[in-house]
Amino acid sequence: MSNADIIMRIEGIDKYFGGLHAVDSVTFTVKKGVIKSVIGPNGAGKTTMFNMIAGFETPCNGQVFFNDILITGKKPWQVAEQGVLRTFQNLKLSNHMSVMDNVLLGWHSLGSAGFLDGMFSSPASRREEKNAKDTVLPILEWLNIIDLKDSEVGNLSFGNQRAVELARALASDPSMLLLDEPAAGLNMHETADLAKRIEKIRDQGRTILLVEHDMSLVMDISDEIVVLNFGQKIAEGIPSDIQKNKEVIRIYLGGDGA
Amino acid sequence: MKRFYPVYILFITIVLIQVLTLITGKGYMLTQLTMSAYYVLVAVGLCMVMGYAGQISLGQAGFFAIGGYTTAFLTTIDFTEKAGTGLFKLLDSMGLLITKDTLYGDTVIHLSPWISLIAAVLIAGITAYALGIPVLKLKGHYLAMATMGFGIIIYRIVLGSAIFGQADGIFNVPAFTIFPGLELSGDFTSRISNYYIAWILVIIAILLMVNLINSRVGRALRSLHGGEDASDAMGVDTTRYKVIIFVIGAIMAAVAGFFLTHYNGGIGPSEAGVGKSVRYLAIVAVGGMANIWGSLVMGLVLNFLSLRGVFGHFDDAVFGIILVMMMMFMPEGFIRISVLRDIRSLFIKLFSRKKMKETIQEPPHE
Repeated sequence: MSNADIIMRIEGIDKYFGGLHAVDSVTFTVKKGVIKSVIGPNGAGKTTMFNMIAGFETPCNGQVFFNDILITGKKPWQVAEQGVLRTFQNLKLSNHMSVMDNVLLGWHSLGSAGFLDGMFSSPASRREEKNAKDTVLPILEWLNIIDLKDSEVGNLSFGNQRAVELARALASDPSMLLLDEPAAGLNMHETADLAKRIEKIRDQGRTILLVEHDMSLVMDISDEIVVLNFGQKIAEGIPSDIQKNKEVIRIYLGGDGA
Repeated sequence: MKRFYPVYILFITIVLIQVLTLITGKGYMLTQLTMSAYYVLVAVGLCMVMGYAGQISLGQAGFFAIGGYTTAFLTTIDFTEKAGTGLFKLLDSMGLLITKDTLYGDTVIHLSPWISLIAAVLIAGITAYALGIPVLKLKGHYLAMATMGFGIIIYRIVLGSAIFGQADGIFNVPAFTIFPGLELSGDFTSRISNYYIAWILVIIAILLMVNLINSRVGRALRSLHGGEDASDAMGVDTTRYKVIIFVIGAIMAAVAGFFLTHYNGGIGPSEAGVGKSVRYLAIVAVGGMANIWGSLVMGLVLNFLSLRGVFGHFDDAVFGIILVMMMMFMPEGFIRISVLRDIRSLFIKLFSRKKMKETIQEPPHE
């Protein structure tokens, strides 16, 4: 494989929680501009792997490279500054802040105004603030939450909160998005919208790593799939191959070998 | 700009109160109003740390004492013996030494309060930084305990050290001549000017903080309150932000301590007590946590009543009870943003009827 079209390399990452081997030397790569999904039964280690990529947990072994830069061992905010933004399975929004402020928080790593700029409301900081708002407004519009921009996030419906989280991740113009179960809690209609949006995000040239339980969503939009079971990678390939893979069918549907 | 309207209202209120005390012949009340202003400054700093950034601190009285004792110590110690050294000659040429005659005809040389102001800010800032880095890794009541421990340490140090006057504190702290003709002192004749010095200081602090809240950094700080994971994932260096706002809160407390010590002409160990820290906490809690104006109003009212002796023997108990009641029944504070918004929209409705065509955005309802 040529290195040019590979945006992320995950090399043999391991994670133990006490005696539990949550992620067992998982290795795979993510090509630039694709939707790659990570699937597997509950407890397969998907979220743990996500946390390790995003810097929330440190792997016991192994490394993660983003654009050939080692990101293992970096803090989450440093990973975010590299352009790898994540969303959370159980929404983590600032409920007491407005939609606009939440989304502008996502833009944070693109700005540079510091404490003194803020306190003295320096011209540079005001200009930056205005640019930030101009940047995020189209995102709010695209996700149909522009009318809610001054509402407190805590008062929104779950579907709208999910949209705010996605908008927040997009606000920093990330080159890679890590989506942790973005369809959880959404109804069929909302899930269909989400699928279109994720494909649109990919078409903008961004790479997406997706953890998701909704199989029809995964099979519809993924370019590639990695299957985890008990922390180990058991299959990798395009959706049609994964659907035919005997091992995958066995762990999902059960079988005599189990 | 719209966000500065409350600042104008504050300024007008301050002037009105002064005029009112003058008309009613209650000018003596300005003394307590001035002292309240300095306590408000501490509360505003704590409001930033606790209300906005969500980091509880029970050590603010310690930082207040650092500011007060630093200046009390540096401006009352006699440097006559060292007057010949190069450093002191340099300070003298810069006008930063004050030579005075004592009652017994000796001359004493003191440092100018300008030096002690810088020292107070630096010592408080460095202490807060050194304390903040390990302590701000803690959360919730663990953080409260750790900062309270710091407060107790400061209290025991000033109570136990001879150079800080032990239980007596340090008195005879000289007036601070800000510039010729404007003196920071508790002198009867400069009561009005000192009232304005204090409140202008508060206004400056509020302006800076209101700006900060509405900036990129302010947004990041506010997001910490909800949970650090999200801020971290969005590229906010949470540790750094928490430590810096903690330092800012500490510096505000130290500056307040500096000014009040010169105003009172001295400082005693009671200013460093944990009871005082609880008092600041109660004020911010009752003011609505993330509400700088609530802290200001409640800080002014409660401190004024307390200093006037309205609570009598129950002074500390009143603040304790307020804190307990707030936590039990109104954890979001008495003056809540949502309540303020309701009041504002009520006013808009009332005024709009009287042909006032102001268009203030109301948040859309779901």
